[in-house]
Amino acid sequence: MSTYAARPGPGASGEATSHDHPARTSRIVNDFSIQVATVNGSGSQTANNVLMRSIFQMGVPVSGKNMFPSNIAGLPTWFTIRANEKGYIGRKKEVDFLVAMNPETAREDVVNLEPGAAVLFDAPLKLEELRSDLHWYAVPFDKLVAPVCPEAKLRKLVRNMIYPGILAHLLGIDFEQMRKALFKQFGPRKAKAAQLNWGAVLAGKEFAERNLPKTDPLCIEQRDRNQGKIIVDGNSAAALGCVFAGATVLTWYPITPSSSLAEAMIGYLNRLRIDPETGKATYAVVQAEDELAAVGMAIGAGWAGARAMTCTSGPGISLMSEFVGLAYYVEVPVVIIDIQRVGPSTGLPTRTAQGDILKNAVLSHGDTCHPVLFPSSPEECFEFAGLAFDLAEQFQTPVFVNSDLDLGMNNWMSDPFPYPDGPMRRGKVLSAADLDRLGGFARYKDVDGDGVGYRTLPGTKHPSAAWFARGSGHNERAQYSERQDDYVHNVDRLARKFQTMRSYVPKPELRTTPGASIGIINCGSSRYACEESSDQLLTERGLPVDVLRLRAYPFGPEIEAFVDSHERVYVVEQNRDGQLQLLMRMEFTPERIAKLRGVRHYSGLPIDARSVTDAIVKQEGL
Amino acid sequence: MSTPGGTAKKTNRIGLEVMQYRGGKTTLCAGCGHNAITERLVETFWEMGVQPWDVAKVSGIGCSSKTPAYFLGLSHGFNGVHGRAPAIATGALLANHNLIGVVVTGDGDTVSIGLGQFMHMLRRNVPLIYIIENNGVYGLTKGQFSATADVGSKLKTGVVNDMPPIDVCLAGVELGATFVARSFSGDKRQLQAILKAALSHKGLSVIDVISPCTTFNDHEGSTKSYGYMRDHEEALHDIDFVPAYDDISVEYEEGTTREVEMHDGSRLLLRKLARDYDPTVRFAAIELLNRPQKPGEVLTGILYIDNDAPTLIDRLQLGDAPLGTLPVDKVRPSREALERVMEELR
Ligand SMILES: Cc1ncc(C[n+]2csc(CCOP(=O)(O)OP(=O)(O)O)c2C)c(N)n1
Ligand code: SF4
Ligand SMILES: [Mg+2]
Repeated sequence: MSTYAARPGPGASGEATSHDHPARTSRIVNDFSIQVATVNGSGSQTANNVLMRSIFQMGVPVSGKNMFPSNIAGLPTWFTIRANEKGYIGRKKEVDFLVAMNPETAREDVVNLEPGAAVLFDAPLKLEELRSDLHWYAVPFDKLVAPVCPEAKLRKLVRNMIYPGILAHLLGIDFEQMRKALFKQFGPRKAKAAQLNWGAVLAGKEFAERNLPKTDPLCIEQRDRNQGKIIVDGNSAAALGCVFAGATVLTWYPITPSSSLAEAMIGYLNRLRIDPETGKATYAVVQAEDELAAVGMAIGAGWAGARAMTCTSGPGISLMSEFVGLAYYVEVPVVIIDIQRVGPSTGLPTRTAQGDILKNAVLSHGDTCHPVLFPSSPEECFEFAGLAFDLAEQFQTPVFVNSDLDLGMNNWMSDPFPYPDGPMRRGKVLSAADLDRLGGFARYKDVDGDGVGYRTLPGTKHPSAAWFARGSGHNERAQYSERQDDYVHNVDRLARKFQTMRSYVPKPELRTTPGASIGIINCGSSRYACEESSDQLLTERGLPVDVLRLRAYPFGPEIEAFVDSHERVYVVEQNRDGQLQLLMRMEFTPERIAKLRGVRHYSGLPIDARSVTDAIVKQEGL
Repeated sequence: MSTPGGTAKKTNRIGLEVMQYRGGKTTLCAGCGHNAITERLVETFWEMGVQPWDVAKVSGIGCSSKTPAYFLGLSHGFNGVHGRAPAIATGALLANHNLIGVVVTGDGDTVSIGLGQFMHMLRRNVPLIYIIENNGVYGLTKGQFSATADVGSKLKTGVVNDMPPIDVCLAGVELGATFVARSFSGDKRQLQAILKAALSHKGLSVIDVISPCTTFNDHEGSTKSYGYMRDHEEALHDIDFVPAYDDISVEYEEGTTREVEMHDGSRLLLRKLARDYDPTVRFAAIELLNRPQKPGEVLTGILYIDNDAPTLIDRLQLGDAPLGTLPVDKVRPSREALERVMEELR
């Protein structure tokens, strides 16, 4: 369903002026996007969060996406808020309401709008001269801010709190909800700043009431869809997941977009993981000198028994490559959370991508393969973080969690996270008592037929506990060996271990539409665009489509069954070369490979449903 | 401490024989200095009565880095990747700070590819013993110069090094190691005393041991050969180590000896030779290392000791039990704690 169907197209009725709209346009309730264009470092983030939270508190599903530059202050940023009663929370390609606060980008932003969109802008920019097919709201921000903020140097920040007030008035957002959202955002310790900012909201409201008759059709109405839900970014969710999974060692090196995960985790650890009896920390965090050291420390800690992790992004993953191969071959548990961003090289460090799928699956030299989990929501970031530790320890191997910038750094609505009450699955670790009973052990012997050997931890108080971890060739007893049969035997067992994992990693999630012979396969944050696209394809084109969302590599049997039961399968992913598709091709038969089509999105903006729909419509020849 | 009776094997204070401190058979070249260091480690750990299973050995890649397989076979060991032993060892101590960490690496491993990790380990004062088996070349890759080769030192092929060396001891003192020593693989007595002192030190011990590579760097013109060391080693002091558990009083003539008490109550008796050197003064160490008195002299001995500086582990405020084996109720916050966090996010 297109939001634009109800709007006049350009020149649809000859001379369309903005004042023609109100009478002819029916109201559009709880289904539109707002884009706020500002300059980074201007405090607009707080205003945007208040706006988003107000809509959330009104029970309308909402999402917020920050598109920011790799820069500290002074460059353009855009924040998109999407309200959607049906619960579509992926990025919406079209902007319905633009808040143009950045003189530098305002003209281009306006030119790119679809006809019928609304624009709230800083009056001196005189944007209304640009087009006649938009709804215009001119606001003299500087004049409004002066009386509410006597202190001149704060004005730049407080100024941005005026537009939420104006939008609340225009869109019908409940002011009481906005007040609550604002005070929550500032927290009790910044009550004075909150009061000052609230003054700005009210100034906006009063100005709008007096001077801005509503001409656009967009509005928010109270609903009840967000009961019990929380708002959280994926990185905080993953951090909490690690804290509640009993992670004990975090070693990391700062890199956007993963730093906020480590920083959130440090905050939660400080708060939740000090032993109340002794006042001592039950965790260790080291900010390493680089990612080689970060992953090396985590591997050393994993070897010595810790639930150890690091988090990073693509450039860091590249540096970790040698060490990850070591951990794979020595069989040491370690969790690596990759918040993917746009590469290669520095690429677009503040833009999102799914660019490390293939790399993480096979990272390092020689024959290596690693499990990769693909969370798609904050809940899964929380859950998979915990699961990653269980898998790493059960299979004594590095486990990747591939999140991305969109999921990790943006705020999402989410159900609250379920408390993990299961045991920590720590895998096959022999204690001194076990060794007494067994008399000894062979580190790399496949006793149970699952490819996973038994290990002991350094410090185990037993004369037969020791084994020598080495990246060089070794036999079942972990002794140095360059014998061909030892080598082959060992790497074949590693391959067997990887096969065992297929039934331990999270299964894919299937979303069916009756009558579908076309399928979409996707993973991670592509989920929202794919689900919405399948609805668009059905309602707009009458094309039923099933969606299979992969949640992990190695793939389970479901993926092949899905391909077998569909005529064509579109693999939708956020990279240029079709990395997920390539991974499938590595193990698919030629018949299955022949059914695969690619839909790739790699502009750095989160993937949107319209782009997916357009690509499938085109390839289907509809 | 020997057991009475003719046939009984000699055991140490925890009842273990020296055999139990050995590892696999060395595969290094005959006469390689690294083998002698391995021997000293075996004797030292045995004589000090260290429980082998309390030790974690870590190394990088190189001939030197192979040696952890040749001593303390009852200890866990990790032969990692080239130059990254500091990271693995640091991580292992985070997981279990009760381990006695022993790292053995080479000059290529530490001073070239691993220099960054080495320096950051210094800066963190990670509590472990870090031994650099320094032969001035990359033994395992067949004899290229390393970054500790002296200016003018000559390879067998005739190539002369013209780049100044990096001094790991100087780096150690300047960047935060709290026990810094240099020795020679051929100086049995001194090396053993230094290793014992390092075992009783609470912070990071960096020990640079000149360890000739008989195959690639033991010829005329090399400054890391046995011959060169015989002619140029200049001991700072004679070292006697008196362990805390040996309640012995040692007599010495007033003014001849400096006594340094270690953190665990052990004592170091440093008998003066040509200089009166105080290893507890940081600037004295830096000056000493910067101003050789004779051309080409290789000063050996204990260059620096700081018993007070906090270690990485001190800074982390950990409890007594290792993090790695804390039970779930210590590492998973309560259901109520999660509920509170969820409420804040509503
Ligand atoms: C990443 C990487 N680069 C290069 C090598 C090859 N390599 C193996 S050992 C070594 C040098 C070892 O020299 P040193 O640490 O001085 O040890 P030695 O053999 O002299 O005892 C090199 C360059 C490697 N193993 N890994
Ligand atoms: S090559 Fe040199 S360093 Fe390596 S084992 Fe032989 S003598 Fe020792
Ligand atoms: Mg060397």
